[in-house]
Amino acid sequence: MLDGILLGLTTALSIQNLFLVTMGCIIGTLIGMLPGLGPMSIIAIMIPIAIGIGDPSGAMILLAGVYYGAIFGGSTSSILINAPGVASTVATSFDGYPMARRGQAGKALTIAAISSFIGGSVGAILLMIFAPALSSVALLFHSAEYFALMVLGLAAIAAFAGQGNVAKAVLMTILGLIMATVGEGALFNAARFTMGFPSLQSGFGFITLAMAMFALPEAMFLVMHPARSGKGGKAGEIGKLRITRQDARDMAPVVGRQSIQGFFIGVLPGAGATIASFLGYAVERNLASPKEREQFGKGSVKGLAAPEAANNAACSGSFVPLLTLGIPGSGTTAILLGALISLNVTPGPRLMTDSPEIFWAVIISMYIGNVVLLILNLPLIPYIAKLLAVPRPYLIPFILFFTLMGSYIGQNNPTELLILVLLGLGATALRMANYPLAPLLIGFILGRMMEDNFSRAMQLYRGPSFIWERPMTAALLVLAAILLVLPSWRARRERKRSLDSSMGD
Amino acid sequence: MALDRWLALAILGLCLVYGYTAWFTMDANLPRFMQRNPVWPSTFPKALSVMGAICAMYILVFQKPMDAPGEDDVDYRKLLSYNWVQALALIALMLLYAVCLRPLGFIGATMGFLIIGAWILGERRVHISALVAAIAAGSIWYLVSEVLGIFLRPLPFFLM
Repeated sequence: MLDGILLGLTTALSIQNLFLVTMGCIIGTLIGMLPGLGPMSIIAIMIPIAIGIGDPSGAMILLAGVYYGAIFGGSTSSILINAPGVASTVATSFDGYPMARRGQAGKALTIAAISSFIGGSVGAILLMIFAPALSSVALLFHSAEYFALMVLGLAAIAAFAGQGNVAKAVLMTILGLIMATVGEGALFNAARFTMGFPSLQSGFGFITLAMAMFALPEAMFLVMHPARSGKGGKAGEIGKLRITRQDARDMAPVVGRQSIQGFFIGVLPGAGATIASFLGYAVERNLASPKEREQFGKGSVKGLAAPEAANNAACSGSFVPLLTLGIPGSGTTAILLGALISLNVTPGPRLMTDSPEIFWAVIISMYIGNVVLLILNLPLIPYIAKLLAVPRPYLIPFILFFTLMGSYIGQNNPTELLILVLLGLGATALRMANYPLAPLLIGFILGRMMEDNFSRAMQLYRGPSFIWERPMTAALLVLAAILLVLPSWRARRERKRSLDSSMGD
Repeated sequence: MALDRWLALAILGLCLVYGYTAWFTMDANLPRFMQRNPVWPSTFPKALSVMGAICAMYILVFQKPMDAPGEDDVDYRKLLSYNWVQALALIALMLLYAVCLRPLGFIGATMGFLIIGAWILGERRVHISALVAAIAAGSIWYLVSEVLGIFLRPLPFFLM
């Protein structure tokens, strides 16, 4: 392995490759900040340039830099204007945005940058150690287990987002799943539930839905209730960049745990950064003490650090199946696979023996990319956060405009904008009635994958018998049920206990 | 009845319509060979419609009254005390933008959107907002269209 690391270092530390990784990070961050352009589209855009380099290691290094940069840029827009442009940064906005509203945007961005850095670096180290062994573990997961894993993820999210109101969260999850069935699925090539609208043929756009659920209601609330944007113009302040010693102490265990957990979730094909970030958030919320749990969703340091560390670690993890099996685990790695193939490199079990310099250069450049990202972004944070100091009459139209742009660029279809506004109005009403909107979006994201895996398992087992025939599936589903029941059981127990103690007095 | 129950009722209605489609009308055109499959296009929606209806009914019947929203949150019971005119005007403006984007071209529509949006929110110095809007629209168009290569028609339809 040492040979490999040295080989990787010599390749990655050449002037050209250092330049490429730096450029990739800058481009990725800048474009990733625009909501609507996620890592997938940015990488797709960069492919012609990467292929133009000609050298496969250089191309991969550039693209990996873009990937990391885009994910960091995505968290910036989630934190500052509550407009997550990428599914994996939705969880970042849960605590990042409240923090920015409290006048701590600088601190929030710093926490995000540091957690991503550690998550990404730990992920790269784990990738180095585990890549060969993990490829076989990933193969053990079948569609039945994926289905169960997704049910577990949704249950965990509904349980934490409900905050004492699990029924509403479950209803929102189901609504999201229902929305995911609109349009053509992968397994059945027939359009479903389009109500005759041709623009619904391919289903609702993810970006459109994300903007409608988060950015639009938030902007509407800001318009209707100006006092909301912070008392005495506090939201305009960037606040201190430094994190306190206490914050660092709070973050450390969270980041450590989530870097490892995120990596292993990222290894599973199809799970990827999105599930890793949500599960990371849910797990940390459950591990936190009751007093800290109150803070989750209101600007908790732990709640921000967890998804950030997890999603960056998962990004490294998602390279495992790509590099060792040649199976892309996510849309982004699928595009990277395409780029590799057009450079005449076939990823797979033989990559490590046939062209070790590519394998190791990619891993080392991930590490370098993370360092570059940290060095670039920490000094830039005050300038990025200045965005919030823009006066209201300009800030709000710009937020609305970026929301509209985000959903327009993806589809190039003005009807998408009408759908966006209508969904946004619905979301505003739901938010006023205390329905949590995150479960809806997550249900929507996972819905299609979930149905595909469910259908595949049904076809393999010719019926739903996979639920009890595969122990791992059954265990995951039972765990999901427990998660859903747990909050109400806990609430009941606490009520009983307080009743008991008051009787005892 | 509080707003959350009304919404649950609406979602219940949606689930019923959705369920009706899934259970009764969707499979009519299913080819023979697919009918032998253990899983149909309607299988998953069927399950979802039942779960959704149960869940919505549960909320409709058992939901406890909502807590009063915090000071920072918008309370729908006092909706008229907020700036709802501005909010409605901005929604109308967004719809207008959607309709005008193609015929007016990206730069014209975006500048109009930003200027009118700022005006609705109280910016009366049109020369400043026009300048900001022109710079923003121009640079974003350049970034998206020229640098990234995603086509956006910049000018009105009769010029290009």
